[in-house]
Amino acid sequence: MPSMEREGALLRLSGKWNAAELADAESRFGQLSLEGVEEIDAKGIESMDTAGAWLYSKHFAGIAAIGMKREHADLVSLVSGMKVEGPVGKSAQGFLEKAGRAGWGGFEKLLEMLSFIGEASVHLARSLTSPSRMRWKPILHNLQHAGFDALPIAGLLSFLMGVVISYQGAEQLARYGANIFVVNLVGLSMLRELGPLLTAIIIAGRSGSAFTAQIGTMKVTEEIDAMRTIGIAPMEQLVLPKIIALLIALPLLTVYADIMGVMGGMMMSSFELGVSYTDFIDRFGSTIGVSAFLVGVGKAPVFAAIIAVVGCFQGFQVSGGADSVGMQTTRSVVQSIFYVIVADAIFSVIFSLVNL
Amino acid sequence: MKEAIVSITDLCTSFDGFVVHDHVSLEILKGEVFAIAGSSGCGKSTLLREIIMLQKPDSGSIRVFGREITGLSEEAALDLRKRWGMMFERSALFSSLNVLENVGLPLREHTLLSRELVDEIASIKIALAGLPQSARTKYPDELSGGMRKRAALARALSLDPELLFLDEPTAGLDPLSASGFDELVLNLKHSLPLTMVIVTHDLDLLWHVADRVAFMGGGQVLGVGTMQELSKSEDPLIREYFYGPRGRAAREQAWKPR
Repeated sequence: MPSMEREGALLRLSGKWNAAELADAESRFGQLSLEGVEEIDAKGIESMDTAGAWLYSKHFAGIAAIGMKREHADLVSLVSGMKVEGPVGKSAQGFLEKAGRAGWGGFEKLLEMLSFIGEASVHLARSLTSPSRMRWKPILHNLQHAGFDALPIAGLLSFLMGVVISYQGAEQLARYGANIFVVNLVGLSMLRELGPLLTAIIIAGRSGSAFTAQIGTMKVTEEIDAMRTIGIAPMEQLVLPKIIALLIALPLLTVYADIMGVMGGMMMSSFELGVSYTDFIDRFGSTIGVSAFLVGVGKAPVFAAIIAVVGCFQGFQVSGGADSVGMQTTRSVVQSIFYVIVADAIFSVIFSLVNL
Repeated sequence: MKEAIVSITDLCTSFDGFVVHDHVSLEILKGEVFAIAGSSGCGKSTLLREIIMLQKPDSGSIRVFGREITGLSEEAALDLRKRWGMMFERSALFSSLNVLENVGLPLREHTLLSRELVDEIASIKIALAGLPQSARTKYPDELSGGMRKRAALARALSLDPELLFLDEPTAGLDPLSASGFDELVLNLKHSLPLTMVIVTHDLDLLWHVADRVAFMGGGQVLGVGTMQELSKSEDPLIREYFYGPRGRAAREQAWKPR
């Protein structure tokens, strides 16, 4: 540890002047008064690194030193010769400026998103009119990863959701002896709302994030630029297959989720309320119209488009490095779930207006 | 005879049956600039990664600062890690931190110095690495390739290491920046008490900067010595390396007065 002793006009320095041992010396030297010190005896300094040399030159520059080891003196002169500027000032932003910047930034992002949607639509329309331009391989690849591979988790969660609804409803319904109405409860809630919503949320977390991370990483490693250079539009190779694959996969997954959810409800009803499977299916056929099913599945393509577009858009927003990929992936999942729920609310309003 | 700071004996490494090192033995002496050369894929970088404990060899011994590092516990390893610095080939700067924060990170992690002093010391290291002070607030993705390498060097110097490892320091740099880097390494060698280990296949760097060179090929060390000694070697691989068209140009360049 660096130490010092004062003897009249002489200041004796000693100890190890290394970064690891300087912490305490730093504050002691700060309070030191050097008035009257004319000479420094540096014989006692055992070792010194650049950090020590910097501290030395900061406090004792301009005072003649004797007995300093050659290599230490070299280090001190090296360090004090460096042109180092003062501390980096953080630019202070006022509240108004911050709010303004945030607001304008959000507005710009919105415009970018709109232009992205526009570009994607143009490409989608173009490839729908000339199917030969369609890239089937990535579509099938995405269909497998975003669709087929999601079957177990989507099925399991909707099954459990059916069980939960049926279980929660059972107690209330049994109190009025209205056991059989559990069919309406499970059927309508699963088919109209929970099936599509739950599936969309699972896919947003599962595939939306994957889309963002994939495109974002490709952007960081300049693969996107390479693609453009070769003459492949990233829109056609990366974005369209994802949108098309989700447009196909999400409605199908929703149907599967509906079936599993109703089965879960059916099982729980027979346990808790004594509604037999045959009674359940009988009642299901007569009370739940096909419109309930169509309303639910009809929402799925819209959710699919939201998830795919937000996921891809956020991927293209990545700039810089790993940190940015993580940030945009988070943003992608949060935003797509948010927009899915907003869209669901809008659907509810529309359907109630047209009495569906 | 100077003491050996790194000594490797009978090191063997293989990946899935592919032999990378076949009984490699080397000694790196204190205070020298030691270069490990050889063509791509000859196991140079792997050797470096094994010395700094990022990868485990199959068998053999590696001693750094006189301590056996194979099979060392993480805690014991930390003491050693603080005594060396590594500059990675692709810089490996943390993208979420600016240059000043990147360089100051090891200091902040391992010392109790105040923020202000850490920033000052980091600024010195940035200046030592030949970067302008205006680069301090820039983020890695705002820097050019050459500046990124210098920032990575500044970070490797952060804790005043006794041993500095440079992995392909001039790869991907234009000739002007590369020769600037040669100068930088020479300057550091003169001004700091450093032992440097450089993995490279840059012949100019080898001629101008290295005190001794180990030439690797076919999983073995084919020759160790100064560049002049190596250039007289009879080994066909080394001859090919030195007397190929680029090798000759670099050698002639090295004899011209600078």
